[in-house]
Amino acid sequence: MSRYELRFSGAGGQGLITAGIIMAKAASIYEGKQAVQSQSYGPEARGGASKSEVIISDGPIDYPKATTVDALLAMTQEACDKYTHDLKDGGILLVDSDLVKNLPKGNFKVVSFPIINTAKTDVGREIVANIVALGAMVALTGQVSRENAEKAVLSSVPEAFIELNRKAFSIGYDRALAASA
Amino acid sequence: MSKKVAFLQGNEAAAHGALYAGCNFFGGYPITPSTEVAEVMSIELPKIGGKFIQMEDEIGAMAAILGASLAGSKVLTSTSGPGLSLKQELIGYGCIAEIPCVVYNVMRGGPSTGMPTGPSQSDVMCAKWGTHGDHPAICLTPASVQETYEEVIRAFNLSEKYRTPVMVMPDEIVAHMRERIVFPEQGEIEVVPRKSPTVPPEQYKPYDTSFGDVPPLAAFGSGYKFHVTGLNKMQDGFPTTKAEIVQAEEERQVRKVDANIDDIVTFEEYLLDDVEVLVVAYGSTSRSARYAVNIAREQGIKAGMFRIKTFWPFPDKQIKALAGRVKGIVIPEMNLGMCSLELERCAQGKAPVLGIFRVDGEPINPDQILDKIKEVK
Amino acid sequence: MAFEYEKYLRPGKLPHIWCPGCGHGIVMKGLIRAMDTLKLKKEETALVSGIGCASRLPGYIDCCTLHTAHGRAAAFATGVKLAKPEMNVILVGGDGDGTAIGGNHFIHACRRNINMTYIIMNNYIYGMTGGQFSPCTPTGHKASTTPYGNPDPGFDIAKLAIGAGATFVARGTAFHANQIDKLIVEAIQHKGFSVVEILDDCPTTYGRRNKYKSVIEMMNRLKEVAVPVKAAEKMTAEQLQGKVLTGVLYKDETKPEYTAEYAKVIERATAAK
Repeated sequence: MSRYELRFSGAGGQGLITAGIIMAKAASIYEGKQAVQSQSYGPEARGGASKSEVIISDGPIDYPKATTVDALLAMTQEACDKYTHDLKDGGILLVDSDLVKNLPKGNFKVVSFPIINTAKTDVGREIVANIVALGAMVALTGQVSRENAEKAVLSSVPEAFIELNRKAFSIGYDRALAASA
Repeated sequence: MSKKVAFLQGNEAAAHGALYAGCNFFGGYPITPSTEVAEVMSIELPKIGGKFIQMEDEIGAMAAILGASLAGSKVLTSTSGPGLSLKQELIGYGCIAEIPCVVYNVMRGGPSTGMPTGPSQSDVMCAKWGTHGDHPAICLTPASVQETYEEVIRAFNLSEKYRTPVMVMPDEIVAHMRERIVFPEQGEIEVVPRKSPTVPPEQYKPYDTSFGDVPPLAAFGSGYKFHVTGLNKMQDGFPTTKAEIVQAEEERQVRKVDANIDDIVTFEEYLLDDVEVLVVAYGSTSRSARYAVNIAREQGIKAGMFRIKTFWPFPDKQIKALAGRVKGIVIPEMNLGMCSLELERCAQGKAPVLGIFRVDGEPINPDQILDKIKEVK
Repeated sequence: MAFEYEKYLRPGKLPHIWCPGCGHGIVMKGLIRAMDTLKLKKEETALVSGIGCASRLPGYIDCCTLHTAHGRAAAFATGVKLAKPEMNVILVGGDGDGTAIGGNHFIHACRRNINMTYIIMNNYIYGMTGGQFSPCTPTGHKASTTPYGNPDPGFDIAKLAIGAGATFVARGTAFHANQIDKLIVEAIQHKGFSVVEILDDCPTTYGRRNKYKSVIEMMNRLKEVAVPVKAAEKMTAEQLQGKVLTGVLYKDETKPEYTAEYAKVIERATAAK
C-alpha cells in the first residue's frame, strides 16, 4: 500500500496546522487520493512546539498518526529536535535555514532555505511563510500535483488574500526545487 | 449530480450531522477538545431559525437542552470529561423524565482536568455508570469523520425513538482529525421524528404505557399541558412512592433499551471467519487495530477484529459467541482497562483477555497491538 | 364573590404538602390570581421549579409544569423560553434552591434579561430537608446545621438580582397577601427578567428553632419589618433600622431582552446567508 506520511512542525502560530490541512485537502479532494490530517498541540495558541501530520494513501487509511515519517518540515530548532526522531532513513527534511542550525544525525535528504525570510522579502508578508513552506513540501514530496495543491490553497484562504497566497505557494515550490537540485 | 464533499474535523462533522438530523437547539459551555461543535452550531443554527445558547456552566447547558427538548426542539450539547461529570446529574434527569437529547462527549485524559488536548477513551464507563440510579444507557463510539457524522444522526434517531438521552463519544483523535466527508442527500439517511400524541390534550398522559414502552411525548406550547418531574412518577407524570408503580416504571425505562438491543447495537466484523486471535477495538484505536490485524495476516496469524460501534448497550451476545472460538482476545484502549472488564464478563473464561492500556496522551500504535497479538498462544 | 381558585388547580392533587402555617399556599393563591388577571392561557404557560417545598408548587397548578432538579429551574426555563419565546415562563422556588445551588443560573438569567418571572419564596431555611441554614438565614440564627448560631452573613436576594442585571425586582411578604398578585402581575407584564421575592415563613423548621412561639408571631414579624418603598422615602436611616423594603424596588425598561436580541441574531444570520 502506498502510505506516505508528512509532518509539518514548528511553533504554535506559524500556521503549520493550516499547511497540513491544505496538503491533505489537496490529496483527498483534488487529487483523488485518501488523506487524514491530525495535529497535536499544547494549551498555548502561540509558541510551544506544534505539529500537524498528514497521511496520504491510494487506499483507506487506518492508523491516522505517523509511524515512520517520509517527509518532515521543521520551522524551528525546537520542533526539529523534538519531531525528527521517527523520520525514516532516506526521508526528506525541509528546514528554515535561518532558524534551524543543528540538523539531526541520519541519512536524510535535507533541503534548507530561509523560508520565513523568503516570505518576508520575496512575497512581501511574513504571515504566508506557511504557504511558502507548503509549496516547498508539495514540490519535494510529489504526492499531489502543483495544480491540485494550488487549488487547495486558493480554496482555503480569504478572497482578499488569494494573490498573496498564490505567489507564496509558487515561490516556495520553485525555491525548494532550486535548493534540492 | 455529484455529492457535496468537504474536508472536515470530526467535531465539525458532528455538528453537520446534528443539523442533518434536524437539530434546532444547542446549549453548551466551552471545553477543549469539543468546542468546535459549539462554534459550528453558533454559525449554522441561527441561519435556519434555530437557537444556540452558551450557558453559564455545563449543568446549565444540559438543563437548557432538556427544557428546549420539552418545548419540542431537537437538542444537542457537546462537552468533554470534566463537563460530562458535571452533566451527569441532569443526564439522569433526562433518563427518568424520558426527554430525548444528544450528548456529544469528546474523550480526553482524566480524571479531573487531566490532559485537555490529549486523547483518551476513559469516559466509556461514565456513559453507563456516571449518573446515579438504574437507567438506560446508549453510547456510540465512532472511528472516523464520516462515521461521526452518521452516528450523530443515529444518536438523534435513537434518542427520539426510545425517548432517552443518547451519548456519542469520539476520542480526541477522531474528534480532531480531518478527513474527507461525503454529505448524504436530504432523505438519503432516515431521520426519525418524535412520537407525538394521538389523543386530545385532556386525555394525554406523558408516560402512558398503553402506547407501549415508549409513550408519545407532547411539546410544551403545543396545546398539551402536563407535568414533568425528576421524582419517580406515575403514567400521568405526577410523583409517586407506590412500590409497585415505581418498580414497574423503573423496569420499563431500562427495558426500552434492553428489549431492543438488536435494533441499537451496531458493530463491524473484520476477518472473523477463521479468526483465532480476536482484537476488539473501538474509536480511533480500532484504526490501529485494523492496521495491526492486516500485518498479522501477512505474517500468517489468523487475526481479526470486532469493532464496537455501539459501546452501550454492550454487544454481549456477539462477544460471548466469539469468545468460544478464539484462542485469545486482545483489547487495546486508551484507559487502564474498561472495555476489557466487559470483555472478561462476556468471555466467561472461555478465552483470555489481553489488554493494552495507555493513558499517557499518546495513541496506541499498530506495533503495540501486533506484539500483543503475537503473545496469544 | 369569592375567587374561584379551583379553575387553575389540578383536580385531585390537593391537599398540598405544605405544613400548617407555611406561607407557600398564600403565594400560590397570589400567583393564581395574577394568572387570572392576565388571562394567561394554561397551555401556553410554563411553570418551572427546582427542588424544595416551594418547588412543589407547579404540581398543583394546571398548566405546563416542570419540576426540575435542585437549583436548575432557571437553566431549564431558559431552554424552554429560548425554544418557544411566545410561551409565558414563570419560575418558582425557595431561597436555598435559587441562591445557593442555583445561584449561578439565577444571576445569569438576571444578566441575560430573558423575559421570565422568578418568584422566590424566602423562608430563610432549607425546609424540606429539615431546617438547615440557607444563604438567606440571618447571622446568629439557629438551624439544624448552625446549632451555635449561624456564622454566615445572608444574601439580600433583591440586591443580588439588581446587581446581576434583572430589570424588574420587587419584594412582598406572605403577610401582605393582597399585594402578592399585584407584584406578580407587574412582573409578568415587564419585558425582561423579573424577580419577585416573597418573604415567607417556615414555622416547622425555622420558627421553632428561633423562639417564635406561633405562626401568628412569625406573620406579625413580617408585618412589622415590611416598609413600602414609598413610605421608606420619608423615613430616617434610624427608623429604617431592621426594616425590609417592599413593593417594586427596581425597574429598568431600557435594557434589551434576550429572546428579542436572539431574534436579531437570526435576522443577521439569515441576511448573511
